[in-house]
Amino acid sequence: MPPPIRFTLNGTPVSLDTAADRTLLWVLRTDLELTGTKYGCGVGLCGSCTVVVDGKAVRACLTTLEAVQGKTVLTIEGLARDGALHPLQEAFHEHGGYQCGYCTSGMIMNAYALLEQHPTTSPDAIVAGMEGNLCRCGAHPRIVAAISAAAGRRGGSHD
Amino acid sequence: MTSATGMDRREFVRILGGGIVVLVNLPMTSVLDGPELAARQRRGYPEDINAYLHIAEDGAVTLYSGKIEMGQGVMTSLTQMAAEDLAVPFESIHIVMGDTASCPWDMGTFGSLTTRMFGPAVRAAAAQARLILTDLAAERLGAPRDGLAVEDGIVYVKADRARRVSYGELARGQRITHTVDEKAVLRAVEEFRIMGRSPQRLDGREKVTGAARYAGDMRFPGMLYARLVRPPAHGATMTRVDTSGAEALPGVTVVHEDDFVAVLAADPETAARALDRVKAEFDVPAPTLDTETIFDHLVRVAGSPNTPDQGGDLATGRVRSAQTFDVTYENAYVAHAPMEPHTAVARVEAGTMTVWSSTQAPFTQQTAIARAIGFRPDNVRVITPYVGGGFGGKVSGQQAEEAARLALRTGKPVQVAWTRAEEFFYDTFRPAATIRVISGMDGAGKLTLWDYQVYGAGARGSDVFYDVPNRSVRVYGEWGRAPDGMHPFAVGAWRAPAANSNRFAAEQQIDIMAAAAGMDPLEFRLHNVTDPRMVATLKAVADAYGWTPRAAPRKTGRGRGIACGIDAETYVALIADVTVDSAAGRVRVDRVVCAQDMGVVVNPDGSRMQMEGCIMMGLGYVFSEEVRFEGGKILDTNFDTYGLTRFSWMPKIDTVFVKNDALPPKGGGEPAIVNMGAVVANAIFDATGARMRRLPMTPARVLAEIRKG
Repeated sequence: MPPPIRFTLNGTPVSLDTAADRTLLWVLRTDLELTGTKYGCGVGLCGSCTVVVDGKAVRACLTTLEAVQGKTVLTIEGLARDGALHPLQEAFHEHGGYQCGYCTSGMIMNAYALLEQHPTTSPDAIVAGMEGNLCRCGAHPRIVAAISAAAGRRGGSHD
Repeated sequence: MTSATGMDRREFVRILGGGIVVLVNLPMTSVLDGPELAARQRRGYPEDINAYLHIAEDGAVTLYSGKIEMGQGVMTSLTQMAAEDLAVPFESIHIVMGDTASCPWDMGTFGSLTTRMFGPAVRAAAAQARLILTDLAAERLGAPRDGLAVEDGIVYVKADRARRVSYGELARGQRITHTVDEKAVLRAVEEFRIMGRSPQRLDGREKVTGAARYAGDMRFPGMLYARLVRPPAHGATMTRVDTSGAEALPGVTVVHEDDFVAVLAADPETAARALDRVKAEFDVPAPTLDTETIFDHLVRVAGSPNTPDQGGDLATGRVRSAQTFDVTYENAYVAHAPMEPHTAVARVEAGTMTVWSSTQAPFTQQTAIARAIGFRPDNVRVITPYVGGGFGGKVSGQQAEEAARLALRTGKPVQVAWTRAEEFFYDTFRPAATIRVISGMDGAGKLTLWDYQVYGAGARGSDVFYDVPNRSVRVYGEWGRAPDGMHPFAVGAWRAPAANSNRFAAEQQIDIMAAAAGMDPLEFRLHNVTDPRMVATLKAVADAYGWTPRAAPRKTGRGRGIACGIDAETYVALIADVTVDSAAGRVRVDRVVCAQDMGVVVNPDGSRMQMEGCIMMGLGYVFSEEVRFEGGKILDTNFDTYGLTRFSWMPKIDTVFVKNDALPPKGGGEPAIVNMGAVVANAIFDATGARMRRLPMTPARVLAEIRKG
């Protein structure tokens, strides 16, 4: 029996007895029933499955469990605290930075990592930083507005 | 209720419990204009539309709608309409959508019809409920009805506001079912308190927290994830299949019924591995058509046309023309590519098959599933959670039938979620089209001739709103009713079906003539159109843009274009600015201004979102989206080669409404996309003098046209 996979998920330690070569996306969605992270393309081209691992945005569909061993994983479900929305979530809600909502988790998680690294980023840098995330409904202008608003907020995170 | 659910109204009301139920049965004639109604009747749509509104004994208000929420925001706008005419707070209404067991029959969510067709039914139900409650209040308060007013679900005596009673108190102990068969008295625009405003969307919090459930997010104990063996090309037939490799994998179930071959497992990765181990062979017919040869083929197999618009005489038109223009336009097959692929979860329990499906047409799916599994339709329930984008592509979809078949066969809950490649394969693409326009004008720049032939796309958007005395529109192969063999795979409705193709051709043709006349393209349009709504819309977009007259092309590498159209009874005009890199053929859209006359605007911000969404989505088909194929084999299977709009393409967007409160609300989900091809092509012409007659306008094609000079 191989050793269990251990990592921190949304602030809580988890230990999974499963194959280390399994894909984070499917383990999140099936074993852990965290369905906010979405399948869109399966090969890292759309960003719908974006989660944050040790502060960096990664594509969960390209990430094995082995790759998150001992690390900190944050998904959309871990962003709000005690029912209070994260400033990015609030901004997406206020600015209408979504339509069908299917790409939204990935958009917010990608933006989260972007703002963690560059807290006062410009609209041009936001556009560049979001380039790899696809939205079919065309909510792009409002997504950029939402991220800009969150970036402009003092104390733009829970921490 | 229709027989599709097998439940009659009495039974429905019993299930709801006590309180007050208002059912609406409005004939379609009251909400659609003549030509559109005739078109729909030809397609066999039923004439009834229905809405149910329930005021429970505790005062809870529930609106039941067979429509679905796929991002277009109707969950919010329908609730606004009900709240407005019922006179209750927006937040107090609960809406149930797309559930065949509790919602009224609905043909499907498409055609920008929810607001303009279903909206009046919702408003009528709400207004009727308000009347019933006011009558009950008059009795309860011992006051004449005329002396009562309603605010936030409380009926009070105008002369003595302390004498009051709530809807909840009035509904208690009642068991009233009322049917509205005529238009009830609706609140006038000046009285609006909830409509005409932009409350935060009802689906927002769930969507930003990841809590929003889509079909693929349903979880049941013992649920199996299925993968199916797919053919390599449309038209291929399975000749041999060996599933032994998959069967040898622990935890894998194989279902094999003729060419229906599926592998199922407790997680999707095991199912994928099992699918890899299935050895299937297919007979693939030799390809006869491809991405380049399709356009001539469409013309060759066209058959005889429909003739939606005829006037005057083409020969006379030619004689009266000082100049004529004969131009052919082409556009590629385009995918819907919603971010959520088609997905369904099916579960059979006590003889009822319940399917959670990503669909735009739950009632159509209910019938299809019943047929596929041999159940009576009333033993099939389709529930539509949030849908992750549709754009017409989820009007159809066999995934729900596949899941139901597998659930029945295995006795377990089964999920069928298409991969991106399956999504690109089974999509009902926007049809490729060839459009030939022969037009003419006299020496004064007045249109004299419009000889318009469209092959492959359809009629929508081909109507001639310019004043042309001699005109003929001939439509060969309306999508959905194309001659056999016209398209090598399924085609279907794609956000404003056919209109994107038709406006691409028609609005460039107008631009070509304006340039030949040496006239400013806006002025040329105004010179040839008298329809007051179109005149107002063109002027509005020009004002918002800051248009100054000059003829095109300027040929400085920067250009502006204009285009207009009518879609879903909404008038729309756009102006775009572009910068063209003439060495690389790359085009950047710098700014888009969009003006719309859509009648009463129910939710201004929601409407703007749709306009922006249309513009952003439209840039994809303008510059890169093209489904390439060899015979029945689809060559684009993911987003690496099939390019959607990206953040960096985003222009500055301005949206304006042309105020028209005299007109009931018209469609908003589609109009702004129909002109995207022409408005950009016309701007490229102004920037370079090159005329882009084919969609998408890839850098290679732009470069080729520029080099032609």
